[in-house]
Amino acid sequence: MEKQYETVIGLEVHVELATKTKIFCGCSTAFGGAPNTHTCPVCTGMPGSLPVLNKQVLEYAVAVGLATNCDITRYCKFDRKNYFYPDNPQNYQISQLYLPICRNGKVEIETEKGKKYVGIHEIHMEEDAGKLVHDEWNDCSLVDYNRSGVPLIEIVSEPDMRSAEEVIAYLEKLRMTIQYLGASDCKLQEGSMRADVNLSIREVGAEEFGTRTEMKNLNSFKAIARAIEGERERQIDLLESGEKVIQETRRWDDNKGESYAMRSKEDAQDYRYFPDPDLVPIEVDEAFLDRIRERQPEFREEKMARYKEEFDIPEYDIDIITGSKRMADLFEATVALGAQPKKVSNWLMVETLRLLKENDMEPEDIRFSPEHLAALIAMADKKEINSSVAKEVFEEIFKNDVDPAKYVEEKGLKTVNDEGALRKTVEEVIANNPQSVQDYKSGKEKAIGFLVGQTMKAMKGKADPGMINKMLKELL
Amino acid sequence: MSIVSMTAVELAAAIKKHEVTVKEAVEAVLDNIEKKEDTYHCYVTVDREGALKQAEEIQKKIDDGTLNGPLAGVPVAIKDNMCTEGLLTTCSSKILYNFVPTFTSEAVLNLQKAGAVILGKTNMDEFAMGSTTETSAYGVTRNPWNPEHVPGGSSGGSAAAVAAEECFYALGSDTGGSIRQPASFCGVVGLKPTYGTVSRYGLIAYGSSLDQIGPLCKDVTDCATILETIASHDSKDSTSVERQDTDFTSALVEDVKGMKIGIPRDYFGEGLNPEVKEAVLKAAEVLKEKGAIVEEFDLSLVEYAIPTYYTIAAAEASSNLERFDGIKYGYRTEEYQGLHNMYKKSRSEGFGAEVKRRIMLGSFVLSSGYYDAYYLKALRVKALIKKAFDEAFAKYDVILGPVAPTTAPKIGESLSDPIQMYLGDIYTISINLAGLPGLSIPCGTDSKGLPIGMQLIGDCFKEKNLIRAAYTYEKARGAFVRKEEN
Repeated sequence: MEKQYETVIGLEVHVELATKTKIFCGCSTAFGGAPNTHTCPVCTGMPGSLPVLNKQVLEYAVAVGLATNCDITRYCKFDRKNYFYPDNPQNYQISQLYLPICRNGKVEIETEKGKKYVGIHEIHMEEDAGKLVHDEWNDCSLVDYNRSGVPLIEIVSEPDMRSAEEVIAYLEKLRMTIQYLGASDCKLQEGSMRADVNLSIREVGAEEFGTRTEMKNLNSFKAIARAIEGERERQIDLLESGEKVIQETRRWDDNKGESYAMRSKEDAQDYRYFPDPDLVPIEVDEAFLDRIRERQPEFREEKMARYKEEFDIPEYDIDIITGSKRMADLFEATVALGAQPKKVSNWLMVETLRLLKENDMEPEDIRFSPEHLAALIAMADKKEINSSVAKEVFEEIFKNDVDPAKYVEEKGLKTVNDEGALRKTVEEVIANNPQSVQDYKSGKEKAIGFLVGQTMKAMKGKADPGMINKMLKELL
Repeated sequence: MSIVSMTAVELAAAIKKHEVTVKEAVEAVLDNIEKKEDTYHCYVTVDREGALKQAEEIQKKIDDGTLNGPLAGVPVAIKDNMCTEGLLTTCSSKILYNFVPTFTSEAVLNLQKAGAVILGKTNMDEFAMGSTTETSAYGVTRNPWNPEHVPGGSSGGSAAAVAAEECFYALGSDTGGSIRQPASFCGVVGLKPTYGTVSRYGLIAYGSSLDQIGPLCKDVTDCATILETIASHDSKDSTSVERQDTDFTSALVEDVKGMKIGIPRDYFGEGLNPEVKEAVLKAAEVLKEKGAIVEEFDLSLVEYAIPTYYTIAAAEASSNLERFDGIKYGYRTEEYQGLHNMYKKSRSEGFGAEVKRRIMLGSFVLSSGYYDAYYLKALRVKALIKKAFDEAFAKYDVILGPVAPTTAPKIGESLSDPIQMYLGDIYTISINLAGLPGLSIPCGTDSKGLPIGMQLIGDCFKEKNLIRAAYTYEKARGAFVRKEEN
């Protein structure tokens, strides 16, 4: 009988924190910017410069730790990880090894197989490195230190996952939690969330873990799923053909759908970690923890439960809306402005999702304000605009966050509620379309649709179709 | 009295009274530098033009009343491991032969705010690693008391510049005795403040947890005045301490009645030169006569200080010096194949032997498998040493002892035997390990006419006890004058 293998997966997830300034200096963390413009003596490793911890980094790290049921280390330190590379200006990275800020956490995930917990071994704070740019023209390498010192947390899971589905569920869970905290936007594509996959296989029923590999360069959930499948197959093939899995770091090439070895454990560096003497130990007291606890937001599960209670909208809608903090915030803010929940939900579920998809955007990229959506809904409710005009206006709101009242006014899109003018147009349409009138009168109900359309056209779309319908029926 | 013989505080007073202009003071000291530098070589860089330009600006501010502090207009020399914007800062190393910082260290900024004229940068042991100023890549500094002898180190250039009147006072840094020992060898006053009192921002780190900037100067009054000026809480240095008691000049009081002074027997045992022992004990006698209660006690753990220090300082140094890689600034080898080769050659050619020795030692004690046995153990011993001092300071206000086992050795005698050189730090390094303040004050000369220093050690934040005891002793001792040089 063929052997059955179980996949054992643990993740190392790097999350870039949403602080305005870097972890150890006051430089901006903003993306873009000409090379080396968001830099100072500290983040370029100039002699004599010293790091000072940005407190916001600690607050975010603790908030993530509390949200993932971790123990918070009350006396924690930063350590230096020593290695030479030009993107690392001091040739050591300030990170945490001996006393990371969070330990022993867990999060609940749900897949088709049901619910389970994934343990979190630790969460530590560290600084990002700069970026090497190869100048082909001059055949030299240049360094941009704008990213150097951008704050990161690394979330190290226990090897508790057994499938790609569980890995994706875990990552989604982390992403949702961190987005809800506002600690990061967690975009895999842009690198503000990066996952390295540690994977080994063992025969079903075996107690001991197999030799694991670490997979890097995974830029999307799809790539992660493919890489897991690919690495599982590769390891099974090795074992089946009597070879051994080598403990090594591998790089995934998602275009080719295969990985190649970067470095093996044998040439693993000795990082000579030791506590950074330039940074004083952090003492986390109860008052600090209380402050963070008080500020913790309502997380997704709680929000879903409350929506079910509070709003009369389908569970499917609740699932989608709470699936993004931005979307949920927008929903609640719009409802708070007096809009009917079901209508707000419809705009988000239909038009918003369509436009996001068309523009290849994520919900976190939504820019429009709840005021303008609420105003649009109110105008439609009052029949100041008809539904097709409303859709047109919404596109403008979505793109440019325009004020719908102003936009409708400027473009002259208001529905004509002047019955006299409408009646005149309807009469004209009836006069100009004797064939359709004849059809309708002979029982072809559909013909009235054509007449409504002709009237709408004549009114340049600024009429209420219900009203036209009613008037046509009266006159015929 | 000639201008250059004045103390810093005397000169500032004379400038304030319009007896001397800042320019006259700067010119006088520059002339003296010109005359003596060939012999003593205290400086790596003398900023003649810059000093004269500063003199003009500062004179204006003194005249219009914006500058009226006790150091306004006084020329100062800065150890070459403190960053000075626009002025070459080499750490006496080839690897920083062309390094011009973009910012000025906080301690120097504090002096500039007080109206100091920066004369230049003083020679030192490379990256402050050494006890003789012989490891400098830019030549040895000679002791103004006898040019055949070393000035001590690592702040040897600063100490010699003060002694040779090539500046009115100087800043040094002290990681294991690097202010106190050269002060002792050159017959000047030097003080290493409590860790955290003076900002380390802009000080190019050697052993970050031990480094502290302090003054080298002509007398205790200058010492208190300079310390008061450079001490500040700095939000750019996480290890900087916010102190409310930095009015150090208030301790310039000639009174030690009832002050409890402990003399550790462990500091007077084997290895201590008898002439040094006699001079230091005689100084203790003077304080006793002035009303201090002096008694002997056992400090313990003294023999562990050296291995502990060289483990911790080297570990930190091995990491602190990683940034000197030839990529961003400083020396880069001319020919290389690939990145790794460039690192290797730049660092091999850029660092001197003593620096390499400590980088290797530090890398070893931090390496996987040895970390617990060396580095962690050293941290534990460090905590025990601190505890031993805590117990001593429960009984005494001040601990009194020698600064170094001998007076200044001859040039060339020390480097051949590094272990012997390390042993010379035995009385100074535990003070850094415990973060305590220590003051060195001249208390005599040996039969060769070389100065001997007495060390006063205080509990954390108790610099005032040291200043009071040193000031009282200094008044009793009288002027400490060097035999006129040839």
